[in-house]
Amino acid sequence: MSMVTLTIDGREVRAAKGATILEAARAAGINIPTLCYHPDQEVKAVCRICVVEVKGSRTLQAACAFPVAEGMVVNTQSPQVREARRTILELIVARHPLECLQCARNLNCELQTLAAQLGVREAPFARLEKQYVPDTSSPSLVRDPAKCVVCRRCVETCQQVQGVGVLFPINRGADTVVAPPFDHGLLDAVCAMCGQCSLACPTGAIVEQDHTRLVWQALGDPRKHVVVQTAPATRVTIGEEFGMPPGSIITGQLVAALRRLGFDRVFDTDFTADLTIMEEGHELIKRVKEGGRLPMFTSCSPGWIKFIEHFFPELLPNLSTCKSPQQMFGALTKTYYAEKQGIDPADIFVVSIMPCTAKKFEAGRPEMTDSGFADVDAVLTSRELGRMLREAGIDFASLPEEDYDLPLGISTGAAAIFGATGGVMEAALRTAYEVLTGRPLENLEITAVRGLDGIKEAAVEVNGLVVKAAVGHGLANAKKLCELVSRGQADYHFIEIMCCPGGCIGGGGQPIPTTNAIRQRRIDAIYQVDRDMPIRKSHENPVVRTLYEEFLGKPLGEKSHHLLHTHYVARQRYPG
Amino acid sequence: MAVALDKLSPDLREQRLREVEAAVARHRDKPGALLAVLKEVQGILGYLPEEALKKVSQGLELPLSQVYGVATFYTLFNTRPRGQHIIRLCESAPCHVQGAREVLEALKRELGIGPGEDTPDGKWSLELVSCIGVCGVAPAIMIDDQVYGNLTPDCIPGILASYR
Amino acid sequence: MRFYRAHVLVCAGTNCSLKGNRAVREALIREIEGKGLGEEVKVIETGCFGLCEQGPTIVIYPEGVLYCRATVEDVPELVDSHLLKGRRVERLLYREPTRPVAVQTVPELDYFKKQVRVVLRNCGIIDPDSIEEYIGQGGYTALAKALAMKPEEVIAQVKASGLRGRGGAGFPTGLKWEFGRKAPGGVKYVVCNADEGEPGTFKDRLILEGDPHAVLEAMAIAGWAIGANYGYIYIRGEYQLSIQRLERAIEQARRLGLLGQNIFNSGFNFDVEVRIGAGAYVCGEETALFESLEGKRGEPRIKPPYPTDVGLFGKPTVINNVETLANIPPIITRGAEWFRTLGTEKCPGTKVFTLTGDIVNEGLIEVPMGITLREVVYEIGGGIPNGHKFKMAQTGGTSGGCLPEALLDVPMDYDQLAAAGSALGSGALLIMDDTHCIVDVARCFARFFLHESCGQCIPCREGTLQLYHLVDGITRGTGTRQDLELIERLSRTMYVAPLCPLGQTAPLPIMTTLKYFKDEYLAHVDSRVCPTGTCRALATGHAAD
Repeated sequence: MSMVTLTIDGREVRAAKGATILEAARAAGINIPTLCYHPDQEVKAVCRICVVEVKGSRTLQAACAFPVAEGMVVNTQSPQVREARRTILELIVARHPLECLQCARNLNCELQTLAAQLGVREAPFARLEKQYVPDTSSPSLVRDPAKCVVCRRCVETCQQVQGVGVLFPINRGADTVVAPPFDHGLLDAVCAMCGQCSLACPTGAIVEQDHTRLVWQALGDPRKHVVVQTAPATRVTIGEEFGMPPGSIITGQLVAALRRLGFDRVFDTDFTADLTIMEEGHELIKRVKEGGRLPMFTSCSPGWIKFIEHFFPELLPNLSTCKSPQQMFGALTKTYYAEKQGIDPADIFVVSIMPCTAKKFEAGRPEMTDSGFADVDAVLTSRELGRMLREAGIDFASLPEEDYDLPLGISTGAAAIFGATGGVMEAALRTAYEVLTGRPLENLEITAVRGLDGIKEAAVEVNGLVVKAAVGHGLANAKKLCELVSRGQADYHFIEIMCCPGGCIGGGGQPIPTTNAIRQRRIDAIYQVDRDMPIRKSHENPVVRTLYEEFLGKPLGEKSHHLLHTHYVARQRYPG
Repeated sequence: MAVALDKLSPDLREQRLREVEAAVARHRDKPGALLAVLKEVQGILGYLPEEALKKVSQGLELPLSQVYGVATFYTLFNTRPRGQHIIRLCESAPCHVQGAREVLEALKRELGIGPGEDTPDGKWSLELVSCIGVCGVAPAIMIDDQVYGNLTPDCIPGILASYR
Repeated sequence: MRFYRAHVLVCAGTNCSLKGNRAVREALIREIEGKGLGEEVKVIETGCFGLCEQGPTIVIYPEGVLYCRATVEDVPELVDSHLLKGRRVERLLYREPTRPVAVQTVPELDYFKKQVRVVLRNCGIIDPDSIEEYIGQGGYTALAKALAMKPEEVIAQVKASGLRGRGGAGFPTGLKWEFGRKAPGGVKYVVCNADEGEPGTFKDRLILEGDPHAVLEAMAIAGWAIGANYGYIYIRGEYQLSIQRLERAIEQARRLGLLGQNIFNSGFNFDVEVRIGAGAYVCGEETALFESLEGKRGEPRIKPPYPTDVGLFGKPTVINNVETLANIPPIITRGAEWFRTLGTEKCPGTKVFTLTGDIVNEGLIEVPMGITLREVVYEIGGGIPNGHKFKMAQTGGTSGGCLPEALLDVPMDYDQLAAAGSALGSGALLIMDDTHCIVDVARCFARFFLHESCGQCIPCREGTLQLYHLVDGITRGTGTRQDLELIERLSRTMYVAPLCPLGQTAPLPIMTTLKYFKDEYLAHVDSRVCPTGTCRALATGHAAD
């Protein structure tokens, strides 16, 4: 790669030709502040916070966009640059609600950090606040355009990364607002509720619907038996809420923390992830043997479900009928567990700790009441749990490691990797191979389906049949696969789709920031969790076996059908 | 001109929407046709209702949000039904210094509405716009596609009367 | 070909249309037929003469007698007297305010004496709906000549002419074409920027209305030069007549094989399509124009990459303003040397200005670059009407600066006006007399940018809002000296930080008013007095000092 030499703040810096000033400066340890810049996104250059002086240029240039050149002289700290940055920030602040103390993003807001960093102390401009009513229609997300700085990161996420296309700039000039079309609430749009927009947002303009009050209330209610389940991906991410580096494995501390919050039982969604493999695996085998609709799509990602319901209703028969692990857990807790413990299910309150905002929507779906009650009562994202633990004053890092409660706390490595893209596929193949061939799988790690490539493929020979599998994550990739299936061009038996890029470790409810670099570290950690587990195949989970013996009978049996499987709703492409 | 789509008879409504579909179909193979399509749709319906933009979205394979985002960017597009006639008064400097303010006051007086508003009888809408390029005869207004220049407040009642 | 002993040219520009030219033209035809002169006299609709204030204007050749403000009632007398009896109709002759006697013919006019018509060579002379008349004036010979040259030679000639972009930025046209030629890629585009939105500017409209083929011919030449086979004209939706004339001209050119396949048997193919805007000033910015032409929100793109590398639909694109293109055919036919005899050394050629505001002759003029504001205002424009005094001139439209009387002798070209803190811009000249309040006018400028900011980048979106709020406050009597300082500080950032020229120039007009008329601002903020009595919330009269 050809290199150029330039001068930044009087220092000679070498950079690759084609690099931006921002990249060159950061590599040289010179920090230029940014706001609309996002490492995983296209350069937008609309906030103009990163402007710098480039010798010979009449105007300042956005460091995030301007390419370096041989002999270029850049000043990132001149009085003109500093005045421009401060003025721009003051302009933003003049129209930004001063509600930091009440904001979900307080202390984790890029605008707030920037204002502190650049020393915005005065408010010279008139306060011309935007008059918008927050959109609380969605069960998953709250959108408050008054807090929006129109950086358009959520727009790229919604339109390009997820291919959903709900959020877009509307109007012009000072009236520009990012919103769904025709003043619709998110509930009346084709929103998948994935919450990736909330990860992209630098401020509190899009945040999760807060369920913490609901959970505190249940925890404080002596009549309630409050049970908590933790999603696979949360054991490698919640540490970030407490300043731990991405990729920290905190399973034991998480269990300890939840106990200290007062949950009566701390169980694991990983248990029902293993159960999902049993049900879904058998469903696949049945479809292959009996000529059912193929390829079969996984169904554990609720954002993906909402997406396919809106965009490809004709493919709903391709979806596995399995509920997601969260919902299987809820249904079993209020039946099997209640029965076993002799607790009235009406008194059981099921809380899930999820990486996901769409799970809130899923828990509220009318189909999800097969136990006779709402199977899951409240869903907390990783971020909300972080808030509750801070509120409770729990010093997370110093907690001892504790184990999940029995019986619904026993799981395998196969369940843990549900948290990463490709994990469900890998877990399913581990089980399918062994169940069908009766032979142990030599190498458990099916690396072809791992990693951040958008669409991955694998083929495994099982008893002479080559099982062809595909894995997609991020809804834009899901869309590509759906289009192939729709056109009859998808030669696969089984397709895993995760709504969020990277899978659940990159879910819309995860700690902020979530970037691709951070996703990769979380993925590495989740495979470490798998490697550290004594049992790494779902069908070897002893409690799952007991569950079938004691309660369910057999996979796809009558009880399973009733409690663990569901149906889907064809939704409008143009709701509202 | 612009009757809200849901106020049309079902037959007429269907017919209009079919015209919209035909307009979309005519343009769909042209690169970057959205503006031309929106212009035609507005020509058919007088404004750009959600139902019509859904057809545009479908036909051009663009998310509805993007269609709406484009429709709301340009001042010649309306996403809600407006008056039968839209009066656009130029408020840019050449018209301003030649007395646009007085013309605006005359319009407000005669119509009983301000900029951005529609008369209750649905006859008129009033808009302030940037330069319409007839500065040689400032101050100027456009009523629909017709330009009127060299205006004084006294001209306004007569011009409006010619639309009755 | 028929020969007529007289031609009656009726301006069919928009401005004259607003004054009833059509009825006059129809009456003329009826009257001429009625008097049995149909075989001898031809009535022609032409583009704008420029004297918009005096419309409807009629010129009768061969003498070139100019009649103004003619009505239908005047027609019988005109025909009977001028065309039958050879007597001029005194009362309809144009009178220049500087001279007591009526002017007889076009060449005598002060209004035209200082003008040099290169761009407007055919405007007011030919019927714009007739390709034959365009060809009769030497039209499409430049294209024929260019196609016989190598593309590099065409570019060299345009470079040698020193022609600079007339849209406002003044970038050397030949250089732009060279970049376009050298950019790798099989598909390239020529785009004509006819999204004329700068307040006070209507030259492109009148060029397109008066001489549409000149632009088509130039686009084909540009296509040959850079290796493009397709061109787009992006024109604002408000310009109905220009759109009609262009569409007709394109049809005619296709019919004669001057557009389409294998033009002049050269093997060169070129066609043109008109695309219509929908109301957004920012689309005059070239990359916003591309976005809009692609069917998107007209939001400017980040530069680099520049259009000649990545332009329309991601392909190398040369985009030129209407007036720039209209200069091309004469440069090709008459040569770069000839072109350089006009104008100044750094800005050769002419410039079309539109004169508006408090000036006797509102309208369109074409003069050599480097002419002073004083010459334009007093010698061509006829001075300030109604006995008022000159207060200031805004050059370059609303995004240009306001110049006081002391700067009337600045020669007008790109560099010298920029040095004076203003801009040549689109060539709009808005003249204001001493009845206007400087703050009220500044508020009007600020409102324009508030309305027209695309909203994409923060310093422009939020800056134009606050700028308007600040200036508006002063006109309402709530402004303070701190506000004036804040306007200056905000302007310093807006000059340098926004993504595109719209935001970067938004503070310029306001800052020039503050610079040259600070006392008037101070009267507003210190004494709560509006000296001209324009700001109704304030007292009228002069400040206490």
